[in-house]
Amino acid sequence: MTPKVHLDHNHLRHLLKAMIRIRRFEAKCVELYQAQKILGFLHLYDGEEAVSVGVMEALGPQDAVIATYREHGQALARGVDPGCLVGEMLGKLNGCCRGRGGSMHFFHRQHRFYGGNAIVGGGLPLALGVALGDKMQGRKAVTACFFGDGAADEGEFHETLNLAKLWRLPILFVCENNLYAMGMAVERAEADTDFVHKASGYKIEGERVDGMDVVAVESAARKAIERIRASSDPYFLECRTYRFRAHSMFDAQLYRSKEEVEAWRKKGPIGRFQTWLEENHLIKREEVLEMEKAIDAEIAQAVAFAEAGPLEPISDVERFVTMEEVPA
Amino acid sequence: MASQEPPSPLRMTYREACKQALRQALAADPRVFLMGEDIGGYGGCYAVTKGLLEEFGGERIRDTPLSESAFVGAGIGAAMVGMRPIVEIMTVNFSLLALDQILNNAVTIPYMSGGQFAVPLVIRMATGGGRRVAAQHSHSLEGWYAHIPGLRILTPATIEDARFMLIEALKDPNPTIIFEHVMLYNMEGELDPAVASVDISAARVRRAGADVSLVTYGGSLFKTLGAAEQLSKEGIDAEVVDLRVLRPLDARTILASVTKTRRCVIVDEGWRSGSLSAEIGMRIAEEAFFELDAPLRRVCGREVPMPYAAHLEDACLPQAESIVLAARELVRPS
Repeated sequence: MTPKVHLDHNHLRHLLKAMIRIRRFEAKCVELYQAQKILGFLHLYDGEEAVSVGVMEALGPQDAVIATYREHGQALARGVDPGCLVGEMLGKLNGCCRGRGGSMHFFHRQHRFYGGNAIVGGGLPLALGVALGDKMQGRKAVTACFFGDGAADEGEFHETLNLAKLWRLPILFVCENNLYAMGMAVERAEADTDFVHKASGYKIEGERVDGMDVVAVESAARKAIERIRASSDPYFLECRTYRFRAHSMFDAQLYRSKEEVEAWRKKGPIGRFQTWLEENHLIKREEVLEMEKAIDAEIAQAVAFAEAGPLEPISDVERFVTMEEVPA
Repeated sequence: MASQEPPSPLRMTYREACKQALRQALAADPRVFLMGEDIGGYGGCYAVTKGLLEEFGGERIRDTPLSESAFVGAGIGAAMVGMRPIVEIMTVNFSLLALDQILNNAVTIPYMSGGQFAVPLVIRMATGGGRRVAAQHSHSLEGWYAHIPGLRILTPATIEDARFMLIEALKDPNPTIIFEHVMLYNMEGELDPAVASVDISAARVRRAGADVSLVTYGGSLFKTLGAAEQLSKEGIDAEVVDLRVLRPLDARTILASVTKTRRCVIVDEGWRSGSLSAEIGMRIAEEAFFELDAPLRRVCGREVPMPYAAHLEDACLPQAESIVLAARELVRPS
């Protein structure tokens, strides 16, 4: 794997498609939510797609991912089948976690996807253990640990960064800085709003990248992963991004102006990338329409799969409270 | 002259039994490693891990900074990817800094992932009062942990359990917490050479009796056995049940004992309200109400943050005298 992004036609189309796929998948999630088929919390990734797509491109199947509760995009970009994600959100047995976790708790063993985590900062210590366990067992893997700006306020962030550097663990810290921890603006929460600078306090190298630019994210992630593999030191990426929609489905967004949201929408990762591709004759509008059609068909199939799935029998509700064995 | 291994001494302290258990686990399985504060260079705050760093090296005996949440979480993550970590937390009060990881990750992940991941993690910590170290080092919170589905809670009170429970805990695919009572570390005892393992599922009757059941565990076991001796001089034949495992609770052994003696005193250092002792009492009420000849009684820790002064601390903990008093009142009501 080279740190360079292959700017060939196929790869660029692939990046665009991966982002559109997340966007349209979530549009369907909103419909299912409004139809009261998805219940509970639903945190949309709308606007942040370039971060997951860019970072996951730089990972291999041997690498591990620690996700957040806003992890639909992280799971899709990692390659998790959308059918089992919809199934999970519909509370079906064919969900990736049998309907036990829902939108905030996707896990997928084959993809080394160690969980959406609904405790802000709660996944960071897990990343230490996954990376340490891999290292002690001689696996040449990197753990990509996603978290938001709000996680940096938690003690676990600081404990984890310190230990990651101290023990020289191969972790890529991916800070999805969407400028708000729920309604708390970064500048109202952080004495130091520079997250890369925070990481440097633990002697972890890092950089800030435009999280609305998928090529920039992928390029930075590839460089970061290469450094981690070469040095066995952690690395920190702050991806500046923005959430176009509400924090969850219960958010009147009193903490930010419509103008601010509109200004960010103009910088949106999909529109911007698509325009650039079209202007440079790297993709035709018809191709994009084709792409959208194919994605919609895939999503429809995922929903049909999920809807057809059975419910877990209530008699199994205590299953996996304790495990009978460690899964092989 | 051929060197001959000296036979391993069978008389040992509880501390030594804990250490031998760790050494056995480390030698038997390369996936086992230790993490915790001052377990290596310092030798362990209660000297349980002394010498293990020299024997097994810094990769497997990992001194951690004072980051309970991070290193407990690291234990969970490592367990999820195939290791068998043993995490030491200095004392139960400090474990509260890691409660998020224990409750929100260790026990939820197997369930929330629909059984895709197990967390075969062992956490050891010191618990209990009696060392004059006041209200941030002396509590008995194992009853809280026993409230949590998904955990196995072990409270070894004997040398044998201290020696052999750990290796069984490591075989368990679920997160297990071992509570070692601080007043037991210096206790000496004999290890039966015929015993090479113990179960981690059942309570055990440590003293058979006919008149009253004294149900207890951990640091209160020997106080309770002392009380039973004293009661026998008064002609009261007490049975002592050592719970050993607080979760899952072995209600069968408790109920069998109570059904036999028809009276029960529950002895627990933990606070009384909303406690393990309350749970045990309620199980008896639900399952053996009509077997009882007397009301249930409890001897618990006083509901105060533990005071420092020796006379006050002693007054706040169950003692042989208070256990005797409670049992006597049940058997011979005045």
